[in-house]
Amino acid sequence: MDFAPIFIFIAAAAATVFAALLVNRLIAPHKPDPIKLTTYECGEEPVGSPWIRFNTRFYVIALIFLIFDVEVLFLFPWAVNLKSLGLFAWIDMAIFITILGVGLAYVWAKKDLEWIKPSMGDIETIQRLEEQNNA
Amino acid sequence: MLETAITLAKIWGVLITLVGLAAIMTWVERKQSAVMQDRLGANRADVFGIRLIGLFQPMADGLKMFWKEDFIPPRGDKFLHTLAPILAFFPALVIFAVIPFGDVLRIGSLEIPLQIADLNVGYLFILAFGGLTIYGTVIAGWSSNNKFSLLGGLRAAAQMISYEVCVGLSLVGLIMVFGTLELDAIVRGQNELLFGFLPKWGIFVQPLGFLLFFPAVIAETKRVPFDLPEGESEIIGYYTEYSGMRFGLFYFAEFIEIIVMAALFGTLYFGGYNVPYLYAEGFRFPWGAEWNLPHLVVVFLQIGSFFIKMAFFCWLQVLIRWTLPRFRYDQLMKLCWTGILPLAVLNIILTGLVLMVV
Repeated sequence: MDFAPIFIFIAAAAATVFAALLVNRLIAPHKPDPIKLTTYECGEEPVGSPWIRFNTRFYVIALIFLIFDVEVLFLFPWAVNLKSLGLFAWIDMAIFITILGVGLAYVWAKKDLEWIKPSMGDIETIQRLEEQNNA
Repeated sequence: MLETAITLAKIWGVLITLVGLAAIMTWVERKQSAVMQDRLGANRADVFGIRLIGLFQPMADGLKMFWKEDFIPPRGDKFLHTLAPILAFFPALVIFAVIPFGDVLRIGSLEIPLQIADLNVGYLFILAFGGLTIYGTVIAGWSSNNKFSLLGGLRAAAQMISYEVCVGLSLVGLIMVFGTLELDAIVRGQNELLFGFLPKWGIFVQPLGFLLFFPAVIAETKRVPFDLPEGESEIIGYYTEYSGMRFGLFYFAEFIEIIVMAALFGTLYFGGYNVPYLYAEGFRFPWGAEWNLPHLVVVFLQIGSFFIKMAFFCWLQVLIRWTLPRFRYDQLMKLCWTGILPLAVLNIILTGLVLMVV
């Protein structure tokens, strides 16, 4: 019963959105032409496919996120009941957080949290490789 | 029957208020930027020659959105391209359903709680629907068949999931203090007194928590200084290929998020609808003075207090947007994972320790 108003609210919000889109579709002009339909790149002719390769660091961030978001989910029920559970629960959670903290420290030390990290290792390695190539 | 009618009336009122306030916020943002840049700002839109310091501008903007061509990139995904603005817009609205904007209003024997739904998992509901807005942004970038949109969408994905962890962790401390996820109970808990004179507002029991929660939430709404997914001066962002009402929904969603997050700051950390020392019967000051007030005046003061706090935080977010420059992406990630996150964990441990000792 608690959720009934929520569902009505969601329905009302969705109806607002669809009504706005419908009115727009009914009264707006629709005159496509070849130039209008090209990909917008600040007026330049588009070059190449839009499916560009992107940095794998985005995946690493997503993986770290998964671990810590699950941690947050574990923390909420514990936080609500901490006062009644007492010191034992606090020690429990301190151990749990410490284990995750070690994980964070590992990722941090591996420089996976730093966005500008050469993919082949540290800067010195790359410079050494470049010198070898030049020689 | 009467209850259903009241619920429908509340839903209608909240929707109208939110959308209306969002329209006014677009005007506030323009005027604030004009003040800070020594300009006049929007003042040209008029109705029969009456200009009313540009207040008709939001209406003109809204009408314009309806009359503009709605463009779908020919090689983009038609279905996802339409779904994205809907997913960006309506979760922002729905979050407001669990925020209490006043205490119980009594008319005769009728009791009307001034909140749409009092969920016992209120804060989890906010996190869940706040998480949904990420899909809107990412799908918009993905379905547009445009390099810059894709870049904006990817940046948004990494930024918003990172800061979602920070938002969740920085609030755990507050939940430990009040021992509930129910927003109405948190607000009631904040009306008690600390040391006999200080209101037990979230900011006083969790100062570090607020300092971490505030930037994390602003990053979650992708506002300046965290607007890298949009970056209007560099990649234009995930809504490059949007026009007409679909763009309008993205634009409106941003302002609705500002309002809802301002309401959330007020509710969680600044006492919500509470006025210091005001209880159901009237004022009870710590030095013993009493000032009884009629019920309707008390309710009116509480709703006023809620809206003043909300207006202040809306204005603060606009002020920040026009004051600070944009972060670099590596700074953004560094701030989240090596700044806010460890401090939030420290805050949890320390709060637990204090709760154990007291």
